[in-house]
Amino acid sequence: MANAAAPQKQMTMGEGGLALTFAGLALLCIVIAAKAYTPEYAFHAYLFTAASVAAVFAIINRYYNRPAERAPLTIDGKPNYNMGPVKFATVASVVWGIAGFTVGLIIALQLAFPALNFDLQWISFGRLRPLHTSAVIFAFGGNVLLATSFYVVQRTSRARLAGDLAPWFVILGYNFFILIAGTGYLLGITQSKEYAEPEWYSDLWLTVVWVTYLLVFLATLWRRAEPHIYVANWFYLAFIVTIAVLHLGNNASVPVSIFSSKSYIVWSGVQDAMVQWWYGHNAVGFFLTAGFLAIMYYFIPKRAERPVYSYRLSIIHFWALIFLYIWAGPHHLHYTALPDWAQTLGMTFSIMLWMPSWGGMINGIMTLSGAWDKLRTDPVLRLMVVSVAFYGMSTFEGPMMSVKVVNSLSHYTDWTIGHVHSGALGWVAYVSFGALYCMVPWLWNRKLYSLKLVNWHFWVSTVGIVLYITAMWVSGILQGLMWRAYTSLGFLEYSFVETVEAMHPFYVIRALGGFLFLCGALIMVWNLWKTVNSAEAEETAGLALAPAE
Amino acid sequence: MDPTYKAVAEFAQTWGLVYFTVIFIGVLLYALWPSRQQQFDEAARIPLRED
Repeated sequence: MANAAAPQKQMTMGEGGLALTFAGLALLCIVIAAKAYTPEYAFHAYLFTAASVAAVFAIINRYYNRPAERAPLTIDGKPNYNMGPVKFATVASVVWGIAGFTVGLIIALQLAFPALNFDLQWISFGRLRPLHTSAVIFAFGGNVLLATSFYVVQRTSRARLAGDLAPWFVILGYNFFILIAGTGYLLGITQSKEYAEPEWYSDLWLTVVWVTYLLVFLATLWRRAEPHIYVANWFYLAFIVTIAVLHLGNNASVPVSIFSSKSYIVWSGVQDAMVQWWYGHNAVGFFLTAGFLAIMYYFIPKRAERPVYSYRLSIIHFWALIFLYIWAGPHHLHYTALPDWAQTLGMTFSIMLWMPSWGGMINGIMTLSGAWDKLRTDPVLRLMVVSVAFYGMSTFEGPMMSVKVVNSLSHYTDWTIGHVHSGALGWVAYVSFGALYCMVPWLWNRKLYSLKLVNWHFWVSTVGIVLYITAMWVSGILQGLMWRAYTSLGFLEYSFVETVEAMHPFYVIRALGGFLFLCGALIMVWNLWKTVNSAEAEETAGLALAPAE
Repeated sequence: MDPTYKAVAEFAQTWGLVYFTVIFIGVLLYALWPSRQQQFDEAARIPLRED
């Protein structure tokens, strides 16, 4: 009660246990660093040591600075949301996004002008390419998903995020994983699995982080004040659970030694290829689709101020998507050693995916029915609606390319790259930008600095995407046709290097498209920076005090 | 192929199909049941209600 003495401040089990665990990890990593087989692995062990020591200090420091009692779950009957970790992930996503887009531009230029490799192993195309893909998918996209999922689950459950240190462990631990993965690529540490390049020790670390993520998410749902679990949370949950399963299956490897970064996968031959693409395609299906559909289902209705077009459709297309996606992986292995029936199965399920994908697209776009005029006045909403249109387009193109006959032309060509980027830039990045433009003003209690700049971002990036994907379509089809062209005597008409030469102009156009996309993102950074640092609080916020200049 | 592979494949190809179909019909019934209209209308408004 109010007149009782202030309760004795005590370290919680979580704080003490976690600090001890990190202290132990720091010691273990020092030993590993000392006995490591390679200097690159020793460097990573030192990074783990430094991060563990920093974690111990952070936990103890936080303990001395915090009040004796834990943060209340509600204040005056309203949920006391925990937005600190959300803010961190939001900032991290913007920083990683710029880094990832920049590396993408560099490797696009390297393909057009190979001299830009500078004959340095660390920045050769082969090492920078996974750096680009991981930075944009897992660092940029991953932080957007972490931030929005922790935001949406709190707001739609009307409950404070579960856990005290756990949400911070998830956010910081995930970003540390990104750091280990990224530096590993530059130093040549890779297990050579596409989109799963990090080696065994990074994978183990990510497993711990990811399980904590799932527990925090579930525990927050558990304490919800809202009887119904809103559909966006279903998509987030599917994303979290499935990524955990995929990660474990595809990274089942045995390290050579605890002192070595090298490991061997337990699957062999074509089974390994199948597991890899079961993982790979479901990273598309559950990371890049389910997770970002969750963003669509919260942020578009919120921004348009209208409920989702059909809640029933959202339930049906959710389950259909979940049922079908998991089988589509074999379409990455057409005309390989994979049995024919498995290839056909992958193709069939990919074609069936048209329906749930378009169910989601229709649901997102039709949410605006009766409010189409907002597209003209609100560029943030326009970004998100165009993203859903790109989603519809690339989920039409994907099943078409999974048809074996089409695939015999498109596979291994730039068409695939174009397809991936229409999904990645048009859908994933645009819906993320839309969410960031919504969430930053809400989180920092400010008004968005400039809608005009959002408009500029939209148009500059859209021209960039159009240049990128049209260049890759033309280049890919040209490449595919040149590879399969025969002379009248039955010889191949073109040597490989002739096809490479023919690609050059399209590679230059692609790099220009990437440059424009990066420029658009930089406009966003400026806009968000000015938003956060403006003194003017949003009118609706009565309590928030503007910081003194 | 050895008999175990065949047995597992046959089991998966028949009962797996039945299992998934039954679950999916259950989902359809849940989503389309007419009396749930109001419940879903309210659920769709969850993000719009401010606290």
